Amino acid sequence: MNALIEFFRPHLLPLLYALVIVAVLPLIVGYIVLVERKVMADMQARLGPMRVGPHGLLQPIADAVKLLIKEDIIPENADKMLFWAAPLISVTAALLALAAMPIGPKFQIADLDIGLLFILGISSMGIFGIVLGGWASNSHYSLLGALRSAAQLVSYETAAGMALISGLLLAGTLSMHRIVEIQAGARVWFMFLAPVGFFIYLVASIAETNRAPFDLPEAESELVAGYMTEYSGFRWSLYFLAEYVNMIVVGSIATTIFLGGWLRPFPNVNALNFLDAFPPLLMLVLAGYCFYRTPKQPVKVQKGFLAAVGLLCLALAGVLGVVLAPAAAAFKTPVHGTFWFLLKVFLYLYVFMWLRFTLPRYRFDQLMKLGWHFMLPVAIVNVMAIAVALVLHRPREAGGLDWGLGASLLVSNAGTLIVAAYLAAVGQRRTSPIVGDV
Amino acid sequence: MADTRTTSFPNAETTVLGADEIVINMGPQHPSTHGVLRVKLKLDGEKVVNSECVIGYLHRGVEKIAEHRSYQQFAPYVDRMDYVAAVSNGLGYCEAVEKLLGAEAPPRARVIRTILTELQRIASHLLWLGTHALDIGALTPLFYCFREREEILKIVEKYCGARLTTHAFRIGGLQYEAYDELEKDVERFCKDFEHKITEYEDLLTQNRIWLGRTKGIGVLTAQQAIDLGVTGPVLRASGVKWDIRKAMPYAAYDQYKFEIPTGRNGDTYDRYLVRVEEMRQSRLICLQAIQNIPAGPIMARIGKVLKPPVGEVYHSIEAPKGELGYYIVSDATIQPYRVRIRPPSFVNLQAFDTMVRGHLVADVVAIIGTIDIVLGEVDR
Repeated sequence: MNALIEFFRPHLLPLLYALVIVAVLPLIVGYIVLVERKVMADMQARLGPMRVGPHGLLQPIADAVKLLIKEDIIPENADKMLFWAAPLISVTAALLALAAMPIGPKFQIADLDIGLLFILGISSMGIFGIVLGGWASNSHYSLLGALRSAAQLVSYETAAGMALISGLLLAGTLSMHRIVEIQAGARVWFMFLAPVGFFIYLVASIAETNRAPFDLPEAESELVAGYMTEYSGFRWSLYFLAEYVNMIVVGSIATTIFLGGWLRPFPNVNALNFLDAFPPLLMLVLAGYCFYRTPKQPVKVQKGFLAAVGLLCLALAGVLGVVLAPAAAAFKTPVHGTFWFLLKVFLYLYVFMWLRFTLPRYRFDQLMKLGWHFMLPVAIVNVMAIAVALVLHRPREAGGLDWGLGASLLVSNAGTLIVAAYLAAVGQRRTSPIVGDV
Repeated sequence: MADTRTTSFPNAETTVLGADEIVINMGPQHPSTHGVLRVKLKLDGEKVVNSECVIGYLHRGVEKIAEHRSYQQFAPYVDRMDYVAAVSNGLGYCEAVEKLLGAEAPPRARVIRTILTELQRIASHLLWLGTHALDIGALTPLFYCFREREEILKIVEKYCGARLTTHAFRIGGLQYEAYDELEKDVERFCKDFEHKITEYEDLLTQNRIWLGRTKGIGVLTAQQAIDLGVTGPVLRASGVKWDIRKAMPYAAYDQYKFEIPTGRNGDTYDRYLVRVEEMRQSRLICLQAIQNIPAGPIMARIGKVLKPPVGEVYHSIEAPKGELGYYIVSDATIQPYRVRIRPPSFVNLQAFDTMVRGHLVADVVAIIGTIDIVLGEVDR
């Protein structure tokens, strides 16, 4: 018996983390959807959901309940087994990718030596779910959407992978935990050392998650809903969950590799330590706003709910504030680290939303051209330029940074930009309208 | 032949399918066909080889109804054709009957007609811009356009109580006297609107994705456009400077200064630019018109029962979508003998096949959007 307990002891904490992630993530996804609708409404001079709960705060719950009790339709002649399994594959792959993600310095299920490789490999498996789902539905629109998705995901994954390599070269390790620590040691986020790589990853990750302006697989004005056309109810919501979890995954990867993971901005500058007060203050402001709005709610239930949200914010502010005390110094980095990590991921996702509501949609051939003729070559040149810079000014230790290395990285990024400008100019000349006799 | 399949296309050219070709159906219930247009597309991969529009889902026999209504009774029916520009439709019909009667609306009525019609043109173009951008994937302009369109509809509502199917004018003049703050409302709208157009242009005009999706798409040369009988912004985008407001002035257009914007390439992008510029020009016309609205009666003396002399008349106006013509034959009774309507959307839609050949499926929605059709008008 004791041997059994001893065997499980090291696995208890990771199990707890995994449980938290699987239990909390669907809720977070629901609220990301709400935030997205609110952001969209704000940009479009509207209010967005306002009916269910105060300011629509219960809308995600209502949506989830609706999806759960909806009729589950399986089309005739569909491959039932695959139709059933496809969304599961998608959602499992998306959730598994979070296993190696350092959400805080201590909040990580497993710190793998090949962390990034594992994450990229597992999240690519999600494509199987899309292709199989489209094929199993036995519908033209689904199949077309699925093939488009697969083509798009595969072609942008190469560019995204190349962009990540620029970060990896600087870090010299694949372990997600080490990458953040090295950024702490280098005193600068890799975003500033490899801005071109970061930008390529930003664009490629939007395409990888099928978000506008690259949302062709589900272009509603052309293909109705792409591979999800025949799905309904709970199965559909699994796909939806997978899509948003994938957004969180790419956001987390970008945060870890380029944005310093769980690190506070300027973690090594003691003069900026007052930034530690930001998390509890933000929560206090949120709580204050909730209490301010509470008496204005029309119904008693809504008043109670908003007050409860306010209390939750207050509790979080308390936790974030208490760990600042010298006595609880051991808990400060884990708690605040998680806060900063999530904040960065949400800011990254905000950029996704912002672009979605601003830009028109690419055409499929234009999308492919952008991916293969522009993004991939620039990403490769970027990797080579950074590699050359690192060889010329080999840092004494991994991630060590001096002025010489900084300068050569600056030159290499500038060189990459010149190549990019050249490619853009050539592409512009080559893109002639496709009009003519057929 | 063994390897050819046939389809239900009545058109011989589209009936025979090559080995790699498929036929897909867009509509009549498709989000991007702007109503109940059905398009059959013959595709080679994603490339459109041939197309055919199937119309008539919204046919109500408007022209036939006219033969059983008196001249005044028929006036509200024309509002139901192009229901996003009802004021313009009413103007065309009223002026056609006035021409038949040999009557003329008093100056006050003509100026107010001009103001309302130009506002309606802006509203119609705004609806077009929003939905066109939405088809190409830009979600947000739609809401901005509707925000401004709402202001125009409010002015129209204050004037005549209705927002869409307005019946704003009467044969011989106006249905109602203008309300007191009409000038002020129009002026406020026009002042704000200048900045608002810039807002739409900031989102789209220089946007690389927008350029990629619209430049060189659905090209119509000037000669092709003339041969197909296309009118309105679609014709002007091909470089033909033809606008009935200038060529054969009606209402009070001869009193105002405005430009006719034209394009050069006749592609979707030029049509976009032309329509945006037309909104600017309409705004200028409105600003000029409210400076000096003449006093006086709003109705000509034409009597209660209209019995035009035996004869026929054709009168056309520049509706937001192109030349809207009414051909009316009178047999000296209170009902028209025949009314024939030339709807701009119907004629412009005939250019669809020419524009769409050789493009990709994704461009089809852009091209349907750029013609700016309203199915109520196509089918009548």
